[in-house]
Amino acid sequence: MSLATECLSAWFGSNRAVKEITIAIPKHQATAIIGPSGCGKSTFIRCLNRMHEVIPEARVEGKVWLEGTDIYQEGMDPVQIRRRIGMVFQKPNPFPTMTVYDNVAAGLRLNGVRNRADLDSAVEEGLRLAALWDEVKEKLHSPGTSLSGGQQQRLCIARALAVKPELLLMDEPCSALDPIATAKIEELIYHLKQKYTVVLVTHNMQQAARASDFTGFLLMGELVEFGLTGKIFTNPSDSRTEAYITGRFG
Amino acid sequence: MMQRHFDEELKTLKEQLLSMAGMAEQSVGKAIKGLVDRDPQLAQAVIEEDSRINRLEVEIEEICLNLMARYQPEAKDLRTIAMIFKIVNDLERVGDQAVNVSERTLDLLREPLLKPLIDIPKMAALAQQMLKDSLDAFVSQDAELARAVCRRDDEVDHLNDQVYHDLLVYMTQDAKTITRAIDLILVGRHLERVADHATNIAEDVYYLVKGTTIKHRLAGD
Repeated sequence: MSLATECLSAWFGSNRAVKEITIAIPKHQATAIIGPSGCGKSTFIRCLNRMHEVIPEARVEGKVWLEGTDIYQEGMDPVQIRRRIGMVFQKPNPFPTMTVYDNVAAGLRLNGVRNRADLDSAVEEGLRLAALWDEVKEKLHSPGTSLSGGQQQRLCIARALAVKPELLLMDEPCSALDPIATAKIEELIYHLKQKYTVVLVTHNMQQAARASDFTGFLLMGELVEFGLTGKIFTNPSDSRTEAYITGRFG
Repeated sequence: MMQRHFDEELKTLKEQLLSMAGMAEQSVGKAIKGLVDRDPQLAQAVIEEDSRINRLEVEIEEICLNLMARYQPEAKDLRTIAMIFKIVNDLERVGDQAVNVSERTLDLLREPLLKPLIDIPKMAALAQQMLKDSLDAFVSQDAELARAVCRRDDEVDHLNDQVYHDLLVYMTQDAKTITRAIDLILVGRHLERVADHATNIAEDVYYLVKGTTIKHRLAGD
């Protein structure tokens, strides 16, 4: 599934957080968006599945092309867009009153799936894709919140994958996790991109270096540089990118 | 143990290194065969094929830098990549020495054989075995084998001195032998350098495996 933005800008009230970003997200690759706090990276990624507009006074200009269709054009249903473009957030947020199973099945049930066998197989597939199945298959009916932080985050990934999205957006998916759980998520990103296009926002540039194929560097809402991760981290073209990744600012 | 896709990348890097090592070893083997068999085609082939080794050196260096920048490797992972970065440099120089030997061979072929080659093939065999063992030590992560390679460098140095003195005798007795004798002395020198590069590789392998260096300390060994 191809995704591209064209002159994409985003505002909070009068403050423009994202400035005319044009970018084509490579298919079946992991793309990392890096940049210092407040550079607009989370806002940018939230524009990609129409999550930005849920904030009061927030608005978007420009286009986001999903397989040739602008997701902001009139008549597009944001709920459908969000189903096609899944999202995982900074803090693991399993539904607190639901079991592991119900968490993963939630999206499917919302979409009207009732058949038990269909649900079972979708839940198992989601959990397997999230590399969590082996750890939870004996406790599918325990509360989702009984899992460790890293497991909860993979549960949220399983929940996002269960509805069979075409793309997966991850907004700082490891910032609340310890190094081992982080490494597991990064491994997972590597495997997921065989089936999905992944866009990852991270303030941890080492994570971007390890887990992504392409990297975009944002500064004050602008896309300074976009290219192969190996190139960005060995020989960036822009002196501001170099200054940021070598820790001279940010 | 957790699966890391970094391990796959490391594995590919090692395979690249070994394929470069194979080329360098072959190059030395062919250069010596060209000299001993007086085969100009073989000598020419060594010279022409060197660019493949050079290209691989650049490619592997790039992979190493990329992996260091992207994965911030630690401990043995770091030592492995840092040492591979150094080893490719020695292998590239081994390739150059094979080219040098082949160039001397082409010179030598313009005149009749000065003397039967005895010590030079012996030196070549020793240097080649050292090179092979240093790379076997890399593959099997065998620090003791690596250390043993370093010890054998003296034998090659000793043979090189012998070659030099034998040829000096020819030159002092008959000035017409000077060009050929110098060519052969240079061949000895190039082979001695191959052994030095094998020693460097072995020292790097030792460091990779053990995390401590044995460089510059073998004099009293």
